[in-house]
Parts: sequence; C-alpha cells; structure tokens
Amino acid sequence: MLTSFWNWYVIVITIFTILASLWLLRWTKNAGNQDDGDGSTGHVWDEDLVELNNPLPRWWLQLFYITIIFAFVYFALYGGLGNLGGYLGWSQEGQYDAEMQTAIEAQEAVFSRYRQMDNEALMADAEANATGQRLYANSCAMCHGSDARGAKGFPNLADDDWLYGDSFDAVMHSIVKGRVGVMPVMVGGLDDGAIGDLVVYVQSLSGQKADAQLAANGKKNYDMLCVACHQADGSGNKTTGRR
Amino acid sequence: MTYNDKVVRQFVVVTVLWGIVGMLVGVIIAAQLWMPQLNFDIPWLSYGRLRPLHTNAVIFAFGGSGLIGTSLYVVQRTCHVRLISDKLASFVFWGWQLVIVAAAVSLPLGYTQGKEYAELEWPIDILITVVWVAYAVLFFGTVAKRRVSHIYVANWFYGAFILTIALLHIVNNLALPVELGKSYPIYTGAVDAMVQWWYGHNAVGFFLTAGFLGMMYYFVPKQAEGPVYSYRLSIVHFWALIAIYMWAGPHHLHYTALPNWLQSLGMVFSLILLAPSWGGMINGIMTLSGAWHKLRTDPVLKFMIVALSFYGMSTFEGPMMSIKTVNALSHYTDWTIGHVHSGALGWVAMMTIGSLYCLIPRLIGEKKMYSIKAVDIHFWTSTIGVVVYIASMWIAGVMQGLMWRAFNEDGTLTYSFVESLVATNPYYLIRLLGGLLFLSGMFFFAWNTWKTLSSKEMKPITASEPADWGEHA
Repeated sequence: MLTSFWNWYVIVITIFTILASLWLLRWTKNAGNQDDGDGSTGHVWDEDLVELNNPLPRWWLQLFYITIIFAFVYFALYGGLGNLGGYLGWSQEGQYDAEMQTAIEAQEAVFSRYRQMDNEALMADAEANATGQRLYANSCAMCHGSDARGAKGFPNLADDDWLYGDSFDAVMHSIVKGRVGVMPVMVGGLDDGAIGDLVVYVQSLSGQKADAQLAANGKKNYDMLCVACHQADGSGNKTTGRR
Repeated sequence: MTYNDKVVRQFVVVTVLWGIVGMLVGVIIAAQLWMPQLNFDIPWLSYGRLRPLHTNAVIFAFGGSGLIGTSLYVVQRTCHVRLISDKLASFVFWGWQLVIVAAAVSLPLGYTQGKEYAELEWPIDILITVVWVAYAVLFFGTVAKRRVSHIYVANWFYGAFILTIALLHIVNNLALPVELGKSYPIYTGAVDAMVQWWYGHNAVGFFLTAGFLGMMYYFVPKQAEGPVYSYRLSIVHFWALIAIYMWAGPHHLHYTALPNWLQSLGMVFSLILLAPSWGGMINGIMTLSGAWHKLRTDPVLKFMIVALSFYGMSTFEGPMMSIKTVNALSHYTDWTIGHVHSGALGWVAMMTIGSLYCLIPRLIGEKKMYSIKAVDIHFWTSTIGVVVYIASMWIAGVMQGLMWRAFNEDGTLTYSFVESLVATNPYYLIRLLGGLLFLSGMFFFAWNTWKTLSSKEMKPITASEPADWGEHA
C-alpha cells in the first residue's frame, strides 16, 4: 500500500495528465489557423519545406476520446489509481486463486478415481499410466531426461539398477520425500598417500584396472572405515543407497 | 556561411557500417537459436553475450549514428546556420564511436549490468553521458542560433529525443561501482525492475520513436517535395506522445511482483498511447498523399511509406499486447520478438535507410543515388525480409503461448518445454532466412553509398537564406 502522500500524488498526477491530453485535443482542434490563404502556415524552411494546417481527422479524434473514456471506465472497474481499488475488486492474486480453484476442481474428477484404487490396480490402469507419464514429463524429465536414462549426477531410471530399491513404496518414497546422500567425510585421520591408496582400492572393486600393491594398502582402511555401509564387496545396501 | 557536412558524412558512413555489423550479429544469434552448436563452445560467441551486442549495435550504433547524423544535417538546414562548433561536432562523432567500440569489446568479454538495453558497465555509461551532453549542447546551441523564428517540427522531436535519453540513461544507470568492470544498481527488487522498464520502454519511445519521427518530418516532405499535412496535428501528437509514453513502462511487468495498481495504470496509458502514436503516421502518410504517382518511380519514397506503415502497425500491436489478457499469452514468447522487429526493421531501419538515400546524394549536390536500381533491390530484400521475419515470429509466438498454457484434465502440462522448442525450430530457420534477406540488402546500401560519395568531390554547401516571413506574430 502506498502512503497517503504518494497515494494522492499518483491519483492527482494521473488524472491531471489525462485531462491535460483532453484539453490539448480541444485546444488544438479549435486553435485559430495561421492560414496564409493557401492552407499553409506561411512558414518556410530550407527553401521548400512548408506546412499545411489541415484539421485533425475526425476518426482519429474519436479514437483518442474513446481511449480516454476507456481509461476512466477501467480505473473504476479494475483500479489503477493508487490505493483506490476497482469496483470489481480485481487483483492478480485473486485471478490466480480463482484459476487454480477451477483447475483443482477439474483434476479432482481424475484423481478421486485413482485414490480409490490400490497399487496393483493403478499399475494396470492405462489412464493412470498416461497420467504418470505426463507427470514425469512435467516434473522429472528436466533432470532424468525424457527417456529416463539420466545424466551425470542424475541416476538412470531406465535400467534395473535401483539405488534405493525398486518396490512401489521405495520408488514412492524417492518421488514424494526425495533422497539425499548420507555419506559424511570418513578420512579425517588419513594422510594423502593413504587416501590415494583407498581410491585405488575402491576403483578396483568395480573391476577397473588398479595397481595391486596400492589396492592392497587401501583395503586395510576400506575394511575399517567403509565396509559398515558399503559391504565388503562394495555392493552397498538400500537404506544408505547402493554403491 | 557554409554547413558542417563533414560530421554528417562521417555519421552516415558509420551508420551503414554499424548497420551491417549489428544485423550480422543478429543473423548469427538467429542461427544459434535454430542450431545451438553454432556457438562452437566459445564463450565470446555464446548467445548470452552476443545478444546484447546485437541489440546495442543496432539500436545505439546503427540507430544512434543515424539519428545523430541526420539531426545534425536537419538542424543546420532548418535553422539556416552552421553548427555552433566544428570541434564539438568532431568530439561527438569520435566519442560516440569510442562508446560503440567499448561496447563491442566489453559485451563479448561478459561485462554486463544485466539490464536490458542498459548492459554497458559504469565507465562506459559515464562516457556516454559526457558525449550525450556534448551532443545536446551542439544541437540546442545550433537551434538557439537559428535565423528563423519558428523551430521546424523535426527539431522538436530530435530535441525531445536528446533531452529524454539523457534523463533515462542517467537515472537507470545510477549504480555503485565496486571495480572497473562491476557495479550494483542503487535500486532493489520491484523498484529496480520498474526503473529498468521505465527506461526500457521510453528508450523505445524516445530513441526509436520520437527520434525517428524527427527524421520522418524532414526527409518525407523533402523527398516527396510536398507540404507537411497538418501543423496542428504535429503539435497535438508531439505533446500527447511525449506526455503519455512516460507512463507505459509497467506493461513490461504484467503479472509480476509489481503492485496491481501500477500494472493497470501502465496498461491504460499504453492504450491511450495509440492515438498519439498514429498522429505521426497520419501526418507522414498524408504528406505523401500528393505524391502517390512518385511511388512508381522512386524507391526511396517506397522505403518511407513502408516504414510509416510498419510504424502504424507496430504502434497498434503494442497497445494490444499491453492488455493483460493478451499479454498473458504473448509475454515471454517470440511474439514479442516479432513485434520488436516490425518496429526495429520495418520502421526504424527502413526510415533510416530511406532518409539516408535522400540525404547522401545531397551531400555532393545531387538528388539521386548512384544506382536507383540498387535502391529498388534493397527495398524489396528489406520488405520481404521483414515480412518473413515477423510472420514466422508471430506464428511461433502464438504457438508457444498456446502450448505453454495447455494442460490436461489431470492438471499436467500438455507439452513439456522442450516440445515447444522442437515445434519452434522450423520457424527459427524461417526467421533466419528473413534476417539474411534483410542483411543482404545492406550490402547494396554500402556499395551504393560508396559509389555515390566517391563519384564527386564534396564541396562546402552555402547555408540557404531563410525565407522572408518576418517575426512570428
């Protein structure tokens, strides 16, 4: 809300500007001709530049008047003069709420049916699957890709490797509550050499080429620091996220 | 007493040059939208840096040089005096070129204030202010020294353009510098947005409209060899235009954090703006009305009539797009890009080109360009180019607006964003072709300008004596 001073400032200067335009129109419309007898103003510039003084085109004048009348009608109905609201009480927030209400009521018809179905029935229902596909395109595809094959940092959802489990409830949890990695820094007491060895050992677990001696050095620390969550073979568990 | 046409000639030549450069950058970014790989993963060629380079180059380098050059030509001839200072004129020319070069270097390097059409950082802003004040002194000083009592209508518009741009530029660029290439605006939040679009909209209103109306009011009657249609129409539309334009900025911020009353105010004033805008079109077209037959033989007049038509069309489209329900569909789509280019190519560029085709031969005491045929070819490439450009963007824009708002009965969006991009892609190619066509005509312009200016030695032109009609009663 504007303070009282600025509110009146806006109202006065707005109405003044519109009325001044109106005055300008009427004044120039009736302004006396400086007619030299040939329809021109008698001024000449640069040898041949002259001006006629034809009357304002009537249709143009009426267009101007119509927009001015529209301005006052619009201000009265929708507001625009500072804090003076419009008769219809319009606001963008109100328009948003009304449109959302309409949309939510329309959706209710669709979702009330799904709500009465169990998981099995939902998975078998063609319409529910179509809705799911659209929800995926709206909300998931920008990270996981329209083909669900993910990207760097965003898991592939199209293979059968599920970090947090593939059950209905586990996937539901991922969608509704999200998943956040839980791993804290574990190497506080190690020097750079030991950390390097540990990296080599972790790489060797997924079959990458690794120096056997360094990996053996790293294994000692893996068995102490990492094994509790990630298992001895590095396959992990579903509570903390696999691998 | 002779006219200072040296500075006019300098501005004319760079107008052609910067026109080609600015439009070429436009064509490059249009190609990138069609095929994003065309930035070749080089930061300096990325869309985000080249886009402000394109807008700054076409508006301030091409449009600005055209406006300053023609205004210095017009003010001398309609005041019947030489510019007050040759040194100041030279400073304005070289200062403005320095601004352009600084923009052309700093923008691709990524220096930006992030304000549309006001991207340049504070050291360049200060340079612009200094040059602009020098330009104002040069222009108004010459008007003050005039040898006729009445100030010709073209000079009202050039004058309003010069004064208002100074005001807009300074207020919108008030910022706190932290280092040479970085500053923060003194405004915050919605106020910053409102100041920016007060600036942005009036840059359109006073740079791209009032300034070019000044050009129109001199070169249309000059080329048509007929009288200006209505003196009182020019009075009423001048005052109404500059009074109402100031209020229309909020329509750039419909459905945002801007207060409701301000959005409504901006929309209402945008609609009132329709008649004042059309006043200029009526005066221009009716001035040509005695010369319709010349359109068959004079492509320069064709440029002018088409420019006035696009002016009328885009000043009708603008108020319509400011209506909230229309804006809800058009905002953020390529419709806006189409609208801007019907103004920028159709009105601004074609009026500049037409005016320069009238001015250039007169610099060497002739009335016609070296090749009328080349002017005609340029006219057709420009006209077809604009039509192809804006038609493709209109279709693309309405399509995007409809796709983005479509949703299914389950509340999901019918189309994901990428689907709208895929659907738009062919129109980006068509737009690119339209832009290429427009650019191709500019090379005929450059060749013709070169041939005309080099065909004869430029001799100082004696200032014409004012007609004797005494002091105005």
